[in-house]
Amino acid sequence: MTRTITERAPGRLRQTWGALRGSPSAMTGAVLVALHLVIALAAPLLAPDSPVRNNALETLQSPSLSHLAGTDQYGRDILSRTLYGGRLALSVSLSATVLAVGLGAAVGCLAAYRRGWLDDVVMRVVDAILAVPPVLALLVIVTVLGTDPVVIVLAVTVVYGPGVVRVVRAAALDVVPRDYVTAARARGEGTFSVLLRDIGPNVLDVVLVEFAMRASWVVLLISSLSFLGFGANPPTPDWGLMVSENRSMLAVAPWTSIAPIIALSTLVIGLNMAADGLAKALGVDRAHGGAA
Amino acid sequence: MTGTQPAPGPLLDVRDLSVAYRSRGGLREIVSGVSLSLDAGQTLGLVGESGCGKSTLAAALLGHLRAGARVTSGEVLVDGESLFAAPPARLRALRGGTVALVPQNAGHALTPTMRVGHQVREVLRVHRGLTGEAADAEAAVLFAQVRLPQPRVLLGRYPHELSGGQQQRVAIAMALAGNPRLLVLDEPTTGLDVVTQAGVLDLLNGIRRELGVAMVLVSHDLGVVSAACDRVAVMYAGRLVERGDTQATYDRPTHPYTRGLVASVPSLAEPGLPAAMPGTPPQPGSDLPGCSFAARCALVEDRCTTGGAPELLLLPPQPEAPSGDGHHSACLRAEEVRALPPEVRETHQRGARVGDTAPVLVSLRDVAVDYRPRRARSQGAPTVAGIDLDIRRGETLALVGESGSGKSTLAWTIAGLRAPSAGTLVLQDGEAGTEDLARPAARRPPGLRKRLQLVFQNADTSLNPRRVVSDALRRPLRVFAQDGAAPLGERVDALLDDVGLDRELGGRLPGQLSGGQRQRVGIARALAAGPDLVLADEVVSALDVSVQASVLRLLDRLRTERGITYLFISHDLAVVRSIADRVAVLYLGRLCEVGDVEAVFSGPNHPYTRMLLDAVLEPGVRPEPGERRPVEEPESAPPEAGCPFQRRCPHALPGTCDSVTPPWRDAEGGHRIRCHLELDVLASTTADTKELEAS
Repeated sequence: MTRTITERAPGRLRQTWGALRGSPSAMTGAVLVALHLVIALAAPLLAPDSPVRNNALETLQSPSLSHLAGTDQYGRDILSRTLYGGRLALSVSLSATVLAVGLGAAVGCLAAYRRGWLDDVVMRVVDAILAVPPVLALLVIVTVLGTDPVVIVLAVTVVYGPGVVRVVRAAALDVVPRDYVTAARARGEGTFSVLLRDIGPNVLDVVLVEFAMRASWVVLLISSLSFLGFGANPPTPDWGLMVSENRSMLAVAPWTSIAPIIALSTLVIGLNMAADGLAKALGVDRAHGGAA
Repeated sequence: MTGTQPAPGPLLDVRDLSVAYRSRGGLREIVSGVSLSLDAGQTLGLVGESGCGKSTLAAALLGHLRAGARVTSGEVLVDGESLFAAPPARLRALRGGTVALVPQNAGHALTPTMRVGHQVREVLRVHRGLTGEAADAEAAVLFAQVRLPQPRVLLGRYPHELSGGQQQRVAIAMALAGNPRLLVLDEPTTGLDVVTQAGVLDLLNGIRRELGVAMVLVSHDLGVVSAACDRVAVMYAGRLVERGDTQATYDRPTHPYTRGLVASVPSLAEPGLPAAMPGTPPQPGSDLPGCSFAARCALVEDRCTTGGAPELLLLPPQPEAPSGDGHHSACLRAEEVRALPPEVRETHQRGARVGDTAPVLVSLRDVAVDYRPRRARSQGAPTVAGIDLDIRRGETLALVGESGSGKSTLAWTIAGLRAPSAGTLVLQDGEAGTEDLARPAARRPPGLRKRLQLVFQNADTSLNPRRVVSDALRRPLRVFAQDGAAPLGERVDALLDDVGLDRELGGRLPGQLSGGQRQRVGIARALAAGPDLVLADEVVSALDVSVQASVLRLLDRLRTERGITYLFISHDLAVVRSIADRVAVLYLGRLCEVGDVEAVFSGPNHPYTRMLLDAVLEPGVRPEPGERRPVEEPESAPPEAGCPFQRRCPHALPGTCDSVTPPWRDAEGGHRIRCHLELDVLASTTADTKELEAS
């Protein structure tokens, strides 16, 4: 049993890892994303100051030794706020992406495997949702149901899940007619078992790439929500919110906006580069060839 | 190109060509020191097992290399010009203009979104400067030349609107459009039915006679090469090991590898499975001392495994075989090998017949399967209809027919993956009564599902590429938990032993196995359930001849050991002759003939069976050019009334065959033929055709 697992793992993982290592842009992306995750987790240790403490004596200070990134209009330390600012965006985006991609993949595989009326209904619903602009849909949901993080996660799932359904269904349609699926069907295996063992693992590469791509869109979307005032509530440190709070002072105190902007863009660029690298490494646009 | 004097010397001259791949461990040589030449109008067959470098060599003849490959020595001269030294513009003109390729899979090689006529006109414009009306006219001429019916109409079709044989003909027409002097054909008939294949080869022979085009034909099928080529070159592990006249090479091979290949082919003339050639070709690029075939060779000596690879040397001509001059061999003992009598492999005779008295396992009565939407059922006829067939316990029943004849549909219906639209299917269960097979698999009780198992044609797609072999076997063991005494791991190992696979392979992914090994895993997976009936759908047609035999033997051994019954689907009649007890011939979803294998192969036969038998190619036998009846493309829809074969039958009786369903005629021993002609008439037509061939 242990031998089985150790022998199986290298084939794919090592190959993928090798391809990722070989691509400088993929590695840069992965390092950027990892850096953001570490910073978000370790923010309390890294931050020189409290992110929410006001200090009326030190408002709008330009970067200096005591405040490396300066302070905002309430005298809060921009560096600390920026270090903390990714926590909400990252946690909400990650859980929303996991949920959207997970559910979308499951529904996509099911629709491809079962076909018939189920497929028709699912795909028409998907079409309907995809016809609505995502930001608009999100704003409507948040306006009606409030800005609780749980609501935002569910809203993102509803908005982005259908796109995943469509992509994964297309990939699964290629897998369903294969003989090993037919063999499982002839053995009389249940739908769940076939989806889990035979279809799932063979669309996993598509799902992973989809995950990395959607994650960057969701980070942007959630930051936009905060910027528009529907996400984090003041005084929570959040990049979108920081940009929104400080945009009126862009001319006099540009540092107040630049730090969160750099943080947000490096995260999104990192996610994008990692997604591209992953797609190449997994050969998502190539045929399924197994380990040659 | 026009008007240039052909350079003196051979049309194609390959000099000491080596091609290597860049790989992790440096350069791996996949073609090593190949030299060959071809004059105008000659045909050369290139044979060998898969992985021996045939396709790489064929591509190099067009100056093409796969990404990552490069020429490490030698050159390819076409008409005196070196392809790999030619500037890109000149190379483009040479490709298609002087050398043209007919790709392996015409269905994939044609652009699906462009009408085929447009694709041909493109070649005409690039290579001959023809446009507009002139190009249209020339394209129609080309289509007529490759014997496509109604050329003007077909020019306007999209590739998916053509049958496989027609697509292959279009690909040949495209290759001919640039007026090339050399055609390179990469497995041109692999994947085509026997009848269609015979038609394409006949066409190639015709083109050579009419246009004087030289051809290099790559194939793993020795029968195809002997039908189309004067000379043959045998390739093993990237080197040519033998080169000479086709007939002489097959009759008196001078290299043990050629001997092995020739002896591996099952023959239509005599039943029995030749033993498989031991071993597999070395990994491409592995650098072995001495002769690379030494590890598999029965005649190996000490000197074979030392030093460099033996050179391809000219053998002295043989007085008794004048056609055998210019024969080259890379064997150190070539003279001795040539003097040996043809290799007599111990042939494996199938296990004892179960006989007519054996109990029936599965019986089909008037079974029909209809793919048409409900609204369209008022006209035409169902895809499969009127199937009356008994499968006896312990026998191998072969189901034979062209693609589209409903063989797989029938097997899938028995397996519960298609629903029959009429008729009854039952599994007889001795004292326990009968089980209804008309239910879909999901609604059958597990005890019934385990008794019917499928083995698939394409081992690549029949195993989940993400799961190791032991996982693939553990699954059915768990689902059908039989006598769960032994732990799963041990039972997986026992299964691997049963199908002759190393236990180590249990931890491999399917992508790391060879084709033959994968097919064995597929068989082991079917065995894991402990089935009574195995539905084997073209299980050996994707394998090399040398591997085919061993897989067929395995199937037969399992039958005698475990009392398994097979429904064996195949389009290869020589294989059917070797393994089957009884044969059922299917045309457009209707049975034409059912009988014992001996009876079917000796006749009298249904005219369709006759056509199939006539189309079989045997190595070393060259059919007379142009003697074959022009072969029409297979039909797709069954006629509404009468005999399904009426439109292609050479003996069709107007007024009878097109309106009255033919009766079953009983020859002796349960041999039944469904035809309007009397049995003695059918017997005489059989003799006619044979005489015609003999004369």
